[in-house]
Amino acid sequence: MLLVKQLVTMSDLSMTGLATQRSTPRPRFKSGGLYPYWFYAPAAAIYVVLFLLPTASSFYFSLMRWSLFDATFIGLDNFAQFLREPFLLQGLVNTLTFAAISASLKVVLGLGCAVLLTSQIIARGYLRAVIFFPVVVSTVGVGITFTVLMHPTEGAINQALAAIGIVGPDWLTNPRLALISVALVDVWKGVGMATVIYIAGIVSIPKDYFEAARIDGASKLQNFLYVTLPLCRPATVTIVTLSLIGGLRTFELVWTMTRGGPGFSSDVIASVIYKQYQSGFYGLSTAGNVVLFLFIVLLVVPLTAYFNRREGHE
Amino acid sequence: MKLIKDYWLGVLAIIVTAVVFLVPFAFIVLMAFKDQQQSALLDFSWPQVNNLWANIVEVASTRNWMLITAFVNSTILTVSGVTLLVIFSAMVGFVLSRRRSRFNRLVEFLILAGLMIPPAVVPTIWVLQGLGLFGKLHGLILIEVAYHLSFCVLLYKAFIATIPRELDEAAIIDGARPLDVFFRVILPLLWPVTVTIIVVQTVTIFNDFTNPLYYLPGNQFATVQLTLYNFQSQFETSYNLLFTNILLITIPPLVVFLFFNRQIIAGMTAGAVKG
Repeated sequence: MLLVKQLVTMSDLSMTGLATQRSTPRPRFKSGGLYPYWFYAPAAAIYVVLFLLPTASSFYFSLMRWSLFDATFIGLDNFAQFLREPFLLQGLVNTLTFAAISASLKVVLGLGCAVLLTSQIIARGYLRAVIFFPVVVSTVGVGITFTVLMHPTEGAINQALAAIGIVGPDWLTNPRLALISVALVDVWKGVGMATVIYIAGIVSIPKDYFEAARIDGASKLQNFLYVTLPLCRPATVTIVTLSLIGGLRTFELVWTMTRGGPGFSSDVIASVIYKQYQSGFYGLSTAGNVVLFLFIVLLVVPLTAYFNRREGHE
Repeated sequence: MKLIKDYWLGVLAIIVTAVVFLVPFAFIVLMAFKDQQQSALLDFSWPQVNNLWANIVEVASTRNWMLITAFVNSTILTVSGVTLLVIFSAMVGFVLSRRRSRFNRLVEFLILAGLMIPPAVVPTIWVLQGLGLFGKLHGLILIEVAYHLSFCVLLYKAFIATIPRELDEAAIIDGARPLDVFFRVILPLLWPVTVTIIVVQTVTIFNDFTNPLYYLPGNQFATVQLTLYNFQSQFETSYNLLFTNILLITIPPLVVFLFFNRQIIAGMTAGAVKG
């Protein structure tokens, strides 16, 4: 019985094999059966209901004075409040500052580490693992650890600085420094990600370029400036895009390290959203979300478009 | 000469990275060993007593064994979230990569949107309440799936494009039913990328703090990251316990990292470069 079945499938096989060879390369089977649209359904249902619908309705709710009990239409008043209230406006400025610091330092340090790790250096595996490990550690844990390490008098960082005769700054309690300190911790946690992306970029550069540069007698610096840097541009674009998006959305580190303080000096949009939500100003909180959305779209989309266009020219 | 220079550069790099990246972790471990008195000094010093076990017991038993409950909750959240992500995003990636149609551009646009747009918090809570999912563990599972779908679909789509289409047809010819083609033929072939996704998403969802904070209020369903946040104020004077907690919740990602660091790095860079 089994043998018969096998024979039948075998003859089937040879027949269809001949048939497909002769006919057009178009698949013989209706793709509706093999690649059905309903495969989209479960993912689409979750995505539309829990992501797309809230995002779309946020534009509507941002125009409301909305609390637990009622919602009234107030037009653009929530957005006006963001520009009018100093502590909200500070949040907008801080968000941009944070993203700029974090993105630029990640690019510079990540590239440095990647160049080092692609050279003939000892213990490459160890170095890569150590630099990358913070990426997979809990942000809250990192935040708490650095809050203690950055304690103005007893923290290990300032104690170490004191040992070599430097009076360390009040990392998190000085209003002018708090945001920068948090951004530095963000760089500490994220530079490993930038490094591995750059390593992937540098490794994919064809060896011929370096060979040609060597024959032309290029120095190490020239090698870096005229070969490595321009040719790992896609990696740069990726890192800038990723760290800008991440920097603009940052919340966990700011919240665990400073709660936006001292005062409102390290508040970012995401922490404002949380604070307004806690206080029951749902409309204002949602307006914060819309502002964040606009920031990301207005900054990241033109930037990537610009980068990609220049890439096309070269 | 050049070799010696490279050697010293390497030694320098090892020392610098050890100070910058290892000292903070050493600090966590040292603090977890100390008793309350010594930990209050906040300094980077060798523990005078070995108080680790007592600290672990105390952290675990606080608030009626909340940390244990939280580990159970986080495990349920992570395992079911990752399982749903793998199946659903592989299905989307499969059809998206194989079937050219007018939907493709729309789906690709939505993937990009999902990667970039920050979720709107309060409207999401409003939707969750409407569905009766707010403050429920399965509600948060679906949220995690929704937020990480884009990334996973992107990885699967790129990988499926490298599997020859002839394989699907051969399977049909051999008598497989259409559904078997995906579940019995394609899905097993996706194993390398599936491992990557499992590892990356496990770490991401386990470490997630913001979404449980918003969508899972209350102690009943606290996740491990939330316990840390709650203990931050409760243990204000007991840094040994706070750091024991940090140590305990760092162990799962550490184990994953030790075994799968290649997959993690591959997955994160692949997703990044294509995105």
